Amino acid sequence: MTGLAIYLVFFLTVASIYAIVVLGLNLQWGYTGLFNAGIVGFYAVGAYGTAILAGPDRAALIGGFGLPFPLALFGGMVLSGIAALIVGLATLRLRGEYLAITTFGIAISIQLVALNFESLTGGANGLVGLPRPFADRFDDPDLYGLVFLAAMLATVGIIYLALEAVVRSPWGRLLNALREDEVAARALGKNIAAIRLQAFVLGCMLTGLAGGLYVGFIGFVSPLDFLPILTFQIWAMLIVGGSGNNAGALVGAVTVWGLWTMSGLLISRLVPVGFHAQAGAIQTMLIGLVIVSTLLFRPQGMIGERAGGARFGRSNAPPVAKDRNWSTGGGGQQP
Amino acid sequence: MLQAIADGLLNGSIIALGAIGLTLTMGILRFANFAHAELITWGAYVALAVVAVLPPLVGAIAPFSFGLPLLIGIVVAMAASSALALAADAAVFRPLRARRSESMTLVFASFGVALLVRMAVLLIFGGSAQYYSNELTFAVEVLPGLMLLPDQVFTFGLTAALWLALHLFLQRTTLGLSMRALAENPDLTRVNGVDVARVTRWTWIIGGSMAAIAGVLYGLSVQLRPEIGFHLILPLFTAAILGGLGNVTGALMGGMIVGLAESLSVLIIPPEYKPAVPFLILLAVLFIRPGGLFGALGVAR
Repeated sequence: MTGLAIYLVFFLTVASIYAIVVLGLNLQWGYTGLFNAGIVGFYAVGAYGTAILAGPDRAALIGGFGLPFPLALFGGMVLSGIAALIVGLATLRLRGEYLAITTFGIAISIQLVALNFESLTGGANGLVGLPRPFADRFDDPDLYGLVFLAAMLATVGIIYLALEAVVRSPWGRLLNALREDEVAARALGKNIAAIRLQAFVLGCMLTGLAGGLYVGFIGFVSPLDFLPILTFQIWAMLIVGGSGNNAGALVGAVTVWGLWTMSGLLISRLVPVGFHAQAGAIQTMLIGLVIVSTLLFRPQGMIGERAGGARFGRSNAPPVAKDRNWSTGGGGQQP
Repeated sequence: MLQAIADGLLNGSIIALGAIGLTLTMGILRFANFAHAELITWGAYVALAVVAVLPPLVGAIAPFSFGLPLLIGIVVAMAASSALALAADAAVFRPLRARRSESMTLVFASFGVALLVRMAVLLIFGGSAQYYSNELTFAVEVLPGLMLLPDQVFTFGLTAALWLALHLFLQRTTLGLSMRALAENPDLTRVNGVDVARVTRWTWIIGGSMAAIAGVLYGLSVQLRPEIGFHLILPLFTAAILGGLGNVTGALMGGMIVGLAESLSVLIIPPEYKPAVPFLILLAVLFIRPGGLFGALGVAR
């Protein structure tokens, strides 16, 4: 394959892995209205979990169970789910902001563990030399790359179809119902906190799955792959595509990942050597700009939501009801 | 031990000043502003620019490491952080509020604003660590086994004075009472003809000013980096929630508790994990007493 083709395969593989994360976030935010500000943390748990379970045994390290890749991948997903359960149980009965703050916090804590718990995570060096799944069955690395991409696309497709089925199921309609009118859903006797928790944990498990797949793709983990900016890249993907819409999530993943890599390429060509910190700053500012301007000028995103009001648009509940929610909702919190 | 407590309270003072602004925005404007910590960074760097531009005037004021330029810098930084807060409100938050967006939309927008401000600081001032002064000062033994730098005593004094001033402002002035009223019952406050736009403006000005002072004090005691705000986000939120949203004295206490816990944590856990301590406190508070130690309105969904 030519250099461009190899790059294209790489680009699409990473885009499909991010697409899985965006689909998970869409389940949380687009369909349920849960704000996850620590995506990178759950992604890292999936990645490190998979790496530790699948990696070869190493004298200096705790992990290295050498499990088959699919099993390790599943383990990573479960670990992400457990992390989600901890913050979910603490916050999902409270105002939405608390989930944002707590997920932000767990992501920072996970990053600290990744960086400092050397006997488990390899510290700043990360874990290298991880087996790439089924690589021994292929002689041609280019062919392997293509097959890996095909597997990723298939995974995205399966998750997309599954989520489409889920959001049309009674459970999915319930998510929408409590997002649009929580009081009504509560009046129907639905256990809102439990439903929120299910959606949140499921979304985080998808994020963890993507983290594990990423490890399978690159063959190592390093804390540098899990910087906080990833959370906002994923968010930008979701809102550019249009939250509340799974197809939009896919479009957003490819668009924003494309913009990110191209702007990086462009900036590195234009900006003189020695100013790379600044170049990175400009790239990050673009993400900030995308977020703010989408919210202000096109809250429905590129595609928009299929049914119901746009996620970031006008809220459907009358303002009085919202305020009442606020001022009387704190029953039981009084000292 | 005594030294660790003093260090914790010192760090706590900075967290407290940042958390005061945050708790006011969360209580009065009703959204978790993740860009608030960037007002700290912005203020700290504006003061640095002032110190760099001004001539030393009379030199350092003994026994402190700084002189008149930094004091002028603090005032300019307060104005600059207030201006930035008002500008962000006018450009982003107010239009979103006018559209009756949900509060989570504002939270999300605040992430975007935070990225923009942090990166702008990085672009303007560069990423390396900077200091207000290279002046060396000597620690004084305040109590047996407790050494404090004069600058640290200044930090304590200023924090206490600011808390007292804010407390009196909220208890005694009409504007302060309007702010508290808006936090407690927005509908009733509006009905009674309180100028909400004015109260909102002053919430940003007070929050921005406190953040700027926190930034300068942080720069005095540690160093200036574009990420200082980012690293303070979690301690600030933890302090504000611990103290109860909208509660200024609570935020002060919350800040002190978080600062102390961070400082004392090194006795039991490796120091690399110190930044995770606020998260553990936050989890504990949310599980046990989500309204904070002193209670807050409207915590539940």
